[in-house]
Amino acid sequence: MQELDQFRDNARAWLEHNCPASMRTPMTEDEVVWGGRNPTFKNPDSKLWLERMAALGWTCPTWPSEYGGGGLSKEEGLILAEEMQRIGARSPLNSFGISMLGPVLLEYGTDEQKLEHIPPIVRGEIRWCQGYSEPGAGSDLAALGAKAVLDGDDYIINGSKVWTSYADKADWIFCLVRTDFDVPKHSGISFILFDMRSKGVTTRPIRLISGASPFCETFFDDVRVPARNLVGKLNDGWTIAKRLLQHERTMISGFGLTSGRASRGALAATVEGAAMKYRGDTTKLSDAVLRDEIARYKIDSEAFAFTSRRSMEEAKTGKGPSATSSMLKNYGCELNKRRYELLLQAMGNQALGWESGDHTDFSKDELRITREWLRSKGNSIEGGTAEIQLNVIAKRVLGLPEMPIAAQKKGEK
Amino acid sequence: MSMVLNEDQMMLKDAVRGYCLTNAPVSVLRYLRDQQSEDGFSRELWRQMVDLGWAGMTIPEQYDGFGFGYGGLEIVLEETGRTLVPTPLVSTVLLCATAINLGGSEEQKSALLPAIVKGELIMALALEETPFHNPTRIATTARPQGAGYVLNGSKQLVIDGHIADKLIVVARTAGGQDDKEGISLFMVDRTATGVDVRRTLMVDSRNAAHVTLNNVQVDEEALLGDLHNGFIVLEKTLDIGRIGLAAEMLGNAQEVFDRIIDYLKQREQFGVLIGSFQGLQHRAAHMYSELELCRSAVRRAFDELDGAQEDIPILASIAKAKLSEVLCNISNEGVQMHGGIGMTDEFDIGFYLKRARVAQVLLGDATFHRDRYATLSGF
Repeated sequence: MQELDQFRDNARAWLEHNCPASMRTPMTEDEVVWGGRNPTFKNPDSKLWLERMAALGWTCPTWPSEYGGGGLSKEEGLILAEEMQRIGARSPLNSFGISMLGPVLLEYGTDEQKLEHIPPIVRGEIRWCQGYSEPGAGSDLAALGAKAVLDGDDYIINGSKVWTSYADKADWIFCLVRTDFDVPKHSGISFILFDMRSKGVTTRPIRLISGASPFCETFFDDVRVPARNLVGKLNDGWTIAKRLLQHERTMISGFGLTSGRASRGALAATVEGAAMKYRGDTTKLSDAVLRDEIARYKIDSEAFAFTSRRSMEEAKTGKGPSATSSMLKNYGCELNKRRYELLLQAMGNQALGWESGDHTDFSKDELRITREWLRSKGNSIEGGTAEIQLNVIAKRVLGLPEMPIAAQKKGEK
Repeated sequence: MSMVLNEDQMMLKDAVRGYCLTNAPVSVLRYLRDQQSEDGFSRELWRQMVDLGWAGMTIPEQYDGFGFGYGGLEIVLEETGRTLVPTPLVSTVLLCATAINLGGSEEQKSALLPAIVKGELIMALALEETPFHNPTRIATTARPQGAGYVLNGSKQLVIDGHIADKLIVVARTAGGQDDKEGISLFMVDRTATGVDVRRTLMVDSRNAAHVTLNNVQVDEEALLGDLHNGFIVLEKTLDIGRIGLAAEMLGNAQEVFDRIIDYLKQREQFGVLIGSFQGLQHRAAHMYSELELCRSAVRRAFDELDGAQEDIPILASIAKAKLSEVLCNISNEGVQMHGGIGMTDEFDIGFYLKRARVAQVLLGDATFHRDRYATLSGF
């Protein structure tokens, strides 16, 4: 206990001294640091902050120090997170390498693979994307058809992926490919890594209802990949794929943590603050029905935050995310969607603008909320739809019998 | 902060669980109801629970309590909530002992708390005067007379009122309707002249009473806490009561949910287990998710009670609002998912539904607490 207190004191002092003041404010979406070969830093302090944190391995605090991680225990990691939260420190680096690939590579990768890929993830030098969904394999992910055929020391990859987040900006891809067509679909999948600069890789951004293009279609045309880049055993990729999905769900469940009492204070930034501001209310929200709905949403958000915390404490004794990650993912996404629906109600037609044009009827923030509201609809689709999460809870957590159709076809992500 | 139970609490949970399953299962409530028990609870079981230390868990050691903390009571309330066994835990331990501990003089604490620990004293809080929880709407009066007071008024939904040895009566000594100021607490013997207590038979087969006070004379030692300032003690007591009730409701909801899952795994229709139907699976998965949030809300509130005790009002409203809403749904699903058998009196699930509605309303329902949460949050 004493050592933990000591760690807290040291971490607090270090953060106080090293976290630039401009890195202690909430960040907008375009300020997020993703790293990569061609990183963008909207603010030079972001670069400084990343470098300082990466030097200690604190971009990945609990990863082993032999691969560049912080080498902290889970308890210490929790304390560091609390101390960062205390001063409102931004996350220095956000990447799919950290939230998804790294944890499974540490679990399933060879020592060579870890030494090659983990340190650049920690330092934010390589940006990863996820090659999972395909046009014909969404919820039924295991039906994927992108294929890898061995040719000497290389695999030749052909096929296409869809909903590849930031594929057009990523340096490397972790990818599910079919390596055996003659066995049940779950048993012929492998997990492989390759450079997006490889010959034969092309990407095409997809325009979403929000107007933004965070996702791509990705095409592989005779892409040559060294066989040593295959992670885990040949044809055993589904095990890794599922594990990675649990990490992905844990990451996405964080969307539900944006409200609660942490955001009390900055009144206009909250749903209730907006609802009062747009109605000219000063002490009490005048729309009683909306007030009750917002209270219900906030109570759920608080209980959700307590649950995330409890899940973290329980995980301290276990090993990483369990099937409850599906519950957290699903609930977190629904909360985020509720939040944006409430924001629309809070702001009336000021939340319905599309562009500012020549007039200034809509502020930048208002237009941003409109777009974010549209974007939030994808929360319960990406990373496994709400329906898939509920299936996982029913089957793996509650132990309910398989649906007759699933028992026949074995077809679930 | 700790969102998980510690080792002592885990051991206690196993022990309490075992005791309730063996000695205090849901058939106890059924038996008491069918026998039309006048007490509405089993004095023999209460004696055993007192011997197990349940009455003294939250009472400080200097008053013969065990100082185990609220985390112990959390477990006892959840587990007794699972079997619906009627006890004076809410009325006497959760509410009245808390009020005495918070507001009582040294003499009052020394006289009453040890008796509660030993199971020799049952007490009830006489608060409500309308069909809706409203702790400031107090029309019952206490007027000074000589060295004491004279009480007049009418109280409803007084939990365990008819079996209580003493009542804590919430009365107005100053101020107007709905004022927080001017509320005072008085301890009144149930058998005192002018006190008329009638049991009200409730849907959940648990104890409640109507209390009428007609020129009831008490001496000045009957005042609990400061004159006119009783609301401070009352509100804190109610918050602890709300958190405790939320724990009982969590036990209720968890038990109904476990029974639903068991049933989905054994009932066959169309040649398959009904638990394989997606329409039922998704409802079960939703219930599971909500129940996890409920458990966290309760744990967080109790952790705070045993810790810094900041933010208790808001944590109490979060817990009581959330549990009231979720238990309402789960208790309904308990009947629906069991189909026809869920509608029969012979089957236990109906007891859970009936208790659910009473517990939802006690000390404020979901709407009350959402309104309070909003007010406390400044909107």
